[in-house]
Parts: sequence; C-alpha cells; structure tokens
Amino acid sequence: MNISKIKILKELSNQARIYSLMSIFYAGSGHPGGVLSCIDLITYLYAYKFRIKKISYFNKINRNRLILSKGHSAPAIYSTLAALKVLRYKDIINLRKIDSIFQGHTCRINTPWVEASTGSLGQGFSFSIGQALTLKFLKKKGRVFSIIGDGEMQEGQVWEGLMLAAQHKLRNLVTILDYNKLQSDNFNKKIINIEPVKQKILSFNWNVLEIDGHSFYEIDKSINKKFKNDKPTFIIAHTIKGKGVSFMENKPLWHGSLKMSVDQIISSLKELDANNKLIEECKNYE
Amino acid sequence: MNNPTLIAKSAGSLREAFGKSITKIARINKKIVILDADLAGGTGCHHFLKKYPKRFFQCGIAEQNMISVSAGMASLGLIPFATTFAVFALRAFEQARLSISYTNLNVKIVASHGGLDTGPDGASAQCIEDLACFRSLPNFVVLSPCDSNEMFQAVKTIAKHKGPVYMRTGRSNVENITKPARKFVIGKGLVLNKGKKICIISTGMQSSIALKAIKKLKKLKKISPTLIHMPTIKPIDKELLIKMSKKHKVFITFEDHNIFGGLGSAVSEVLSENAPNKIIRMGIRDKIGKSGEAKELLKEYKIDGEALINQVKKIYK
Repeated sequence: MNISKIKILKELSNQARIYSLMSIFYAGSGHPGGVLSCIDLITYLYAYKFRIKKISYFNKINRNRLILSKGHSAPAIYSTLAALKVLRYKDIINLRKIDSIFQGHTCRINTPWVEASTGSLGQGFSFSIGQALTLKFLKKKGRVFSIIGDGEMQEGQVWEGLMLAAQHKLRNLVTILDYNKLQSDNFNKKIINIEPVKQKILSFNWNVLEIDGHSFYEIDKSINKKFKNDKPTFIIAHTIKGKGVSFMENKPLWHGSLKMSVDQIISSLKELDANNKLIEECKNYE
Repeated sequence: MNNPTLIAKSAGSLREAFGKSITKIARINKKIVILDADLAGGTGCHHFLKKYPKRFFQCGIAEQNMISVSAGMASLGLIPFATTFAVFALRAFEQARLSISYTNLNVKIVASHGGLDTGPDGASAQCIEDLACFRSLPNFVVLSPCDSNEMFQAVKTIAKHKGPVYMRTGRSNVENITKPARKFVIGKGLVLNKGKKICIISTGMQSSIALKAIKKLKKLKKISPTLIHMPTIKPIDKELLIKMSKKHKVFITFEDHNIFGGLGSAVSEVLSENAPNKIIRMGIRDKIGKSGEAKELLKEYKIDGEALINQVKKIYK
C-alpha cells in the first residue's frame, strides 16, 4: 500500500469521524469513543478491501461482508458509507430519530448495508460464523469480517463461537478485535482483564495477528496475509478510544451513551479540520 | 456385551417423527439444514445426520452461539432448523430475540423435552415455560403438534413458511389421532369432538389424552364435551374460539405447561377481549417438576385424563 492510497484513506476516515460525531450530536445521544476507535478499520474494509461504490454492492452473494458486533458503534458504519457517498449525509444525520432507518444499534431491517442486527454483545460474532459456514457450504466466494469489542470478549458466547469456527475450519472468517482497552464503566483491566488475549485465541486454534488499528499500512498487511492452513483469523487491533479528538482519547467517560454539547461538537470538528459550513450548521442547531 | 438400549430412539414419539419428517422433506427442499447441540440422538435428528451429514452442522453444547449462527445462515438463504431440548432453547432465548425475532429471519427452532412428559430426568429438563417465552417474541409462530401424522404435515408447512417458528416435539410415545394427509395450516385449530356445554382446548400430546378421556366420558356418563386440538399457540385460532364461545357455557384449557403464558393464557386473552366466557386453565399450577414416569407426573400434577374427567364431572354437578 503506497503513501497516496494511505492519504486517501486517512481523508475518508477523517470525514467519517466528522459525520459520526455530528450524527451523535444531532441525536442527542450515542457512543462516540468506540466509534472513533474502529472507524479506521471500517474505512479500510469498505473503501479499499471491499471497494464499495454503490448500495447495489450489498445485493451480491459472492462478496465480502462486515458485521459490526459491537453494535453501539453503528454510526461508524453509516458515516463511513456516507464519506464514500454510498449513503447520503443528510440521511445518516437522522441517526436515532423516530422514522429513521439509522437505528442506534445496527439493525438489519430495511438496511441492506447491515448484515446483522446487533447491540447485544457476542451475537454479531456468532452471526458472522453462520454466514462464513454458509458461504463455505454453498461454495461461494468472499470472506466474512466482524469487528468485536474488548469488553465483548467477556461474553461467554464469544468463546463458544471461537471453538466452533476453529472446529469447522472457517478460513473465510476474519474477526477483528477493536482493542481500545476501555469498556462501558472503566478500563477492561478494572472490570475483567481479557489478557493474555493473544495466547488465549492462539490456544483456540486460530491464526492471530497483532497490529496498530489506526495504521492503514498494518491493517492492509494483516487483512491480506495469506496462511497455509484452514484456521480462521483473529486480528488484535490496538486502538485508542476516542481516537482523533484529544479530549475524548482514552477517557472512560466518552464511551457513552452521552449527549454532546455545542462546545464539544465544535471543538471536535475543529480538531478534525471539518469545513466551516458543517461547523456553522452545528452552531445554529438548537 | 450387547449395546445398551437407547431410550431416545424408541419409535412413536414426536421427536422421532420430527427427525423422520425433516429427513423426508429435506430430500426435495435443499435449503434445509440442521443445527444440533450434541443432542441428535434425543431430538430425532440422528435420522437427518445419517442421510445428510453435509447438511448437518454440529455446534456442540453451546446453544447461544448456535442460535445466532442459525440466524447468520438464514440471512444467506438457507432454512436452518436449530434443534435442542426446550430448556436449552430457553438458554438462548435472548439470542432468539435479537438474532432471529427482531430481524424476522427464517429460522425454525425445534425442541423436544417439553413439559412433565420429559419424565425421569427431573425438573431441570422438564421445560414448562417454553410456549410462554416464545409466544412473547414478535414474528415467532409457536407450534405444539399432537401426533406423528400432524408432525410430518407441520414440518412440511413450516419449511415453506417464511419467518421464525418455535415448535415443541415430545419425548414419550403417542398414538396417531389425526389423519396422515390432513394439510397443516398455521393458526388453525382442529375439532376432534363436537359436543355441548363444555369446550376443551388442548395442545401437543395432551390432545390425545383428552380425546381418550372424552371417549370414556361418553361411554360412562353420556357426557360429550367439545374437544379442540390447538397445535398453533401463536397466532391462535381466534375465529374458532369466538365461534365456540357463543355455543358453549364453559372452557377448559388442557396443556403440559405452566398455567401462565401458554395455551390457557392465549385462549383467555382472545375470549376476554372478544367473547367473554368462563375458562378453567388446567396445566402445571406454577410448580416445579420432579423425577418420575410421565404418566405418574401427569397424574400427580393433575393434568392426566382422570383429572380432566373429574373436572368435567364437577361442572355437570
């Protein structure tokens, strides 16, 4: 991956960050911290790996899929697709509003770009295993990716799924851990430590890679790594909760659900170098 | 040394009927797959495993994962039948809620070991809450067929029906009381006896117990209550219930399930809103089961034929 491509991806994910925060601001509630930690991963997959250009992409059967198992980061999906101009900014800005299809947690109904309804942790991961099993069974192409949270690893269902995916030799399955070290109430370490996570997953018979989840170069390398075995792949992506907005970074309080003030959205947008029109829009919002 | 005799594989039970039916129907409908949580011997799915090993997905003793996996499979067009015991389906209830019900995905959960009929395994395995729980999930159809003939027809129908279904099978052997060729229509009750004054509504294997009891009543006392078998708990046959309410003075619901939330509740809801009538709910009266043979348990918990006969006689006094 060359520098110019990385530059394009950085611009896209920056735009997606701006849209996410604006939609959370307009909604009056949401989870900004976890959105900002996984958005580079989603941008890479949608823009570079899947090369999604139109909504019709999602109608194909032979294709790559992404399930956001940490459903509370839903705005990251919507806003990345808006940054790619696959969805319209003026639609996704209705996040969490009545009559909007952009639900607070990813919901499959009337939304072809959402694979699984999520929001109860662990389920999206298992759903991705179901899709990977099916693609293998039907001999269809494409891989199934899922993004799971670090707090999510505390759900027993995840470990059930880890066993099953290895048992069925799902080499078409890739699970990415958005490892921002923080969960709803506090740091993982203070709730239930998931370490040593690498050894744990290795012992469950998966391929395991460890990367910087904000480096497009490293994301690219890990996603395209070829293994000479039938194991599913687990990517531990070290990330920063609230990445891109300094006052949110690594702060447990920015997990949410929370309401952003006008001051907070404006300083976030300024830090992300948003254009003045968007900043004015927020200023004038009651 | 001979191999032990496996109780699970005794012929004539609803779970065996399910296993044989799904194997037959899967020959034509190639989208059908089975998910199992290490209970194929007990749920009847061993028939399917033998015939279609590649369409049989072993998920291990991990029901929560299995239910969400089945939703993922349905999202790509397969028709997964996720099978286990009723109590373990409850273990994955929240997975059924979000992964299946809220998304309206085409998954069929088929569970054996419902009610006290489960017998000697005791309270932990006797699921007396499944119909109530699954009835509360939007989009779910809830079924409890009564015999092997009806089971075959029900499997055929739900394989065609687009949307989530929960279906209870059963552990003990049961005689056929319905005709083999009768088409199964979701949401329709079946009149097993046309009588007077009392209208008995039963479901699952309790229907064959009720039919026998009515035959006895007719012979001994010349009393003939109406008997309706209600294989669909949700959506319940509202039309038939209202019609019957106008013709009868009292209703008795008869089920191997807690009196809260199952057939008795479903009938009460429809009648109280549309055609109020007196309803006596016969079921497990909010108690926990225990070990014992199914017949002994049904007697002790007063949901056997004798209890039904006594209830009818009491009304006539």
